[in-house]
Amino acid sequence: MADVAHTDGHHDVHESTGIDNRKLGMWVFLSSEFMFFGALISNYMLFKGRDYSAFVPAGQSVILPRELYDIPFTSVSSFVLLMSSLTMVLAHDALASGDQNRTRVWLAATGLLGSVFIGGQVFEFTEFVQQGMTLSTNPAASAFFVLTGFHGAHVFLGILMLLSLYGISKRQGGLTESQGLNVELVGLYWHFVDIIWIVIFTIVYLIP
Amino acid sequence: MATTATPGSRTIFRRPASHTGFWSWITTADHKKIGIMYGYTAFTFFILGGLEALLIRIQLAQPDSAFLSASEYNAMFTMHGTTMIFLFVMPVSAAFFNYLLPLMIGARDVAFPRMNAVSFWIFVFGGVFLYTSFLFGTTGPPAGGNLAEAASRLGSGPNGGWFGYAPNSGIRFSTGTVMDYWSIGLQILGLSSLISSINFIVTIFNMRAKGMKLLRMPVFVWMTTVVAFLLLFSLPIIAVALFMITFDRSFGTLFFDPSMGGDPILWQHFFWLFGHPEVYILILPAMGIVSEVLPTFSRKPLFGYPAVVFAGAAIGFMGFGVWAHHMFSSGVTPITQAAFGLSTMAIAIPTGIKIFNWIGTIWGGKVKLNTPMLFSLGFVGMFVIGGLSGVTHSIVPADWQQTDTYYIVAHFHYVLFGGAIFGLFSGLYYWFPKLTGRMYSEALGKVHFWVFFIGFNLTFGPMHWLGLNGMVRRTWVYAEETGLGPWNMAVTVGAFIIALGVLIFMINWSWSKRNGPIAPFDPWDARTLEWTMPSPTPEYNFAVNPVVTSLDDFWHKKYTEDSDGRPVRRPEAAALVAELEEVGLNPPAPIHLPNPSYYPFMVGLGMPMIGYGVIYRGAAWGIPLGIVGALIIIGSFIGWGVEPLEEPHEEHSDHADEPEPGDDHGEDA
Repeated sequence: MADVAHTDGHHDVHESTGIDNRKLGMWVFLSSEFMFFGALISNYMLFKGRDYSAFVPAGQSVILPRELYDIPFTSVSSFVLLMSSLTMVLAHDALASGDQNRTRVWLAATGLLGSVFIGGQVFEFTEFVQQGMTLSTNPAASAFFVLTGFHGAHVFLGILMLLSLYGISKRQGGLTESQGLNVELVGLYWHFVDIIWIVIFTIVYLIP
Repeated sequence: MATTATPGSRTIFRRPASHTGFWSWITTADHKKIGIMYGYTAFTFFILGGLEALLIRIQLAQPDSAFLSASEYNAMFTMHGTTMIFLFVMPVSAAFFNYLLPLMIGARDVAFPRMNAVSFWIFVFGGVFLYTSFLFGTTGPPAGGNLAEAASRLGSGPNGGWFGYAPNSGIRFSTGTVMDYWSIGLQILGLSSLISSINFIVTIFNMRAKGMKLLRMPVFVWMTTVVAFLLLFSLPIIAVALFMITFDRSFGTLFFDPSMGGDPILWQHFFWLFGHPEVYILILPAMGIVSEVLPTFSRKPLFGYPAVVFAGAAIGFMGFGVWAHHMFSSGVTPITQAAFGLSTMAIAIPTGIKIFNWIGTIWGGKVKLNTPMLFSLGFVGMFVIGGLSGVTHSIVPADWQQTDTYYIVAHFHYVLFGGAIFGLFSGLYYWFPKLTGRMYSEALGKVHFWVFFIGFNLTFGPMHWLGLNGMVRRTWVYAEETGLGPWNMAVTVGAFIIALGVLIFMINWSWSKRNGPIAPFDPWDARTLEWTMPSPTPEYNFAVNPVVTSLDDFWHKKYTEDSDGRPVRRPEAAALVAELEEVGLNPPAPIHLPNPSYYPFMVGLGMPMIGYGVIYRGAAWGIPLGIVGALIIIGSFIGWGVEPLEEPHEEHSDHADEPEPGDDHGEDA
């Protein structure tokens, strides 16, 4: 992560945007991620409204994701994920004011809230499978699982990054200035994943 | 070779400390070494892709040939296309970007040197993974089919065509593992390109030399920028499509299975939404090279620099709006056909602007017809032919006739071979002195060009009328009664002439690299920053950070104009060049360079392990292998996060190339 060429005296010898290399890199990466989720979401939109009655054995009914959603449950887990963005900001804020202990607490809290969200997703998937909807039920179900699954994988990666920061801070008794920027980078990533979830929750779960 | 490393500090591995020998290449984070490795690896794949093309041509030389079986032919045309696009043109362009981008903008390295090494190693392991399909892959009979012939090893490569159309590439019609190798292999290669595109964008926006405003950047750098953005926005789309086909094949999703409500046309939309920007990803680097070569050897500035830059950017934007012209015969609606036909005609405009500007550059110039110039002129001519046959596809009814015939094959080889590959060879000759410090053999270079030019036109010219006379793509035999035999024989002869040209190039390269005359400091009397430093480029690039005051700064420092606007060499030019040479070799202050690292290699190594894990998840060792691969990657990133980019510099030596005390941990192989 700490990968920036010859940091010393950067800005006085180069034309630059004035944004740190790593931060600009993260923004550029996230712009690519928008296309990634854009493709996955349009994929789901395309398949969700189609009629699959011709593809199930006679007498069985088509199981579509929207018939199984538990909106109150998912609302709670969405709220948990949104709150994790707040704790992320608090972690960043704590670091800015130089309070290493408080930074670690909020990093851990963010990871914990993320884990609760993942737990909720695991529960939801298990529930759906028990009600008869799997990856292979119909393309709409496939699209639902792949879209929300990839989002979950992004949250999981975010948790790994938060844990790494927590571990490094714990071992060193605090984060250096350069590592501190990583808190901001992980924060950018984490907020992005949250924003994507707001879009998914609205488009996939709420809009009929 | 210079040695700046200090002994390793606390990391999982001891820090690699050598700057020469085998391990220095494995662990390097130097953009020039990475660029050179990109070049040689890509060229190796070029040889493989070329051999596949020759096998195809031997098969097609005569009617009803039995040289290759149908399954072998399928593997050959699929891997020829996949190799040339993903394993040759893209990575060899990446080689140019890597080597030249920091030099042209006046930087000491790219923004993320180790990430750059990650891109390279992921590319290498992805390419090797794709090719192991020939060793381990199985084709398997299609469900209910009777083509259960046991495919030979040669027939066990991916066989769904370079665009892998569903449902043919799905699990129902491709029951073996070869298309798993293809889809996962491309996924890995895409990741490599995505990482490098982020790296290049940040490098360009944050690391230009003082005074190099965006509109003072060389056109090659501008084209790199456009390509990086195209990669950034198109790769995630193909990533999603490849994940979908991988999930269809391995985990039972139904995206592209029409018998379960899936939509194979969706694959085409996703593929070409990536695939059309991809063709500009292939051609724009060559356009950038040509835009550097033509002015240098016409001894004139590039005609209409801003127009060339904005045309390149316009191609980038419009490239996302023309994809459905690949699908006119796939049953898209008439409105769609009309809209995409129009947008396809429109994208010819910025391309035409560029052609106009290149001709304007040569016009009235003092043209010097050496090898790079010949290849660049060849590019302009051949690309015009390919571009014009491309515009004929925008006429929808005509396109219906041409779809899946050799006319299409002729068209895209004129733009990708006559265009991209001619441009890339032009660049290889042009920057040869920069890379090696020696000159290539001009005589052999010119022979190479003419052999290439004749072989190329003999190969792909007749394909136009072969296609219009009804010769279809991707079919391994044709009947004698079709009368297509004689021209096919001519095409095959042409293909072997091209192979001869490649051989001449290889001889020239490997001989001149060692025995060529030592290159003068500024052999082409050029205009861009990479020629203001000694050749081969010192490890630290610029001894002193350059400052730029105008477009083509180096040129304006050497030349002024007389009253007719003709260039006149300034009297002080010779002294300036001598000074640059002196300073370039003797940096006045110590220069800190990124240290080598094992982790990029390890990240690359983990990738195919995950791939094999997915393919062989049924075997007892499959899933454990995949998990080990994932752990290697995660572990490498954690080790990387702890490892500082540069070791702390306690003692400053006077010169960057002076060994520091305590550097006795060399691991030279």
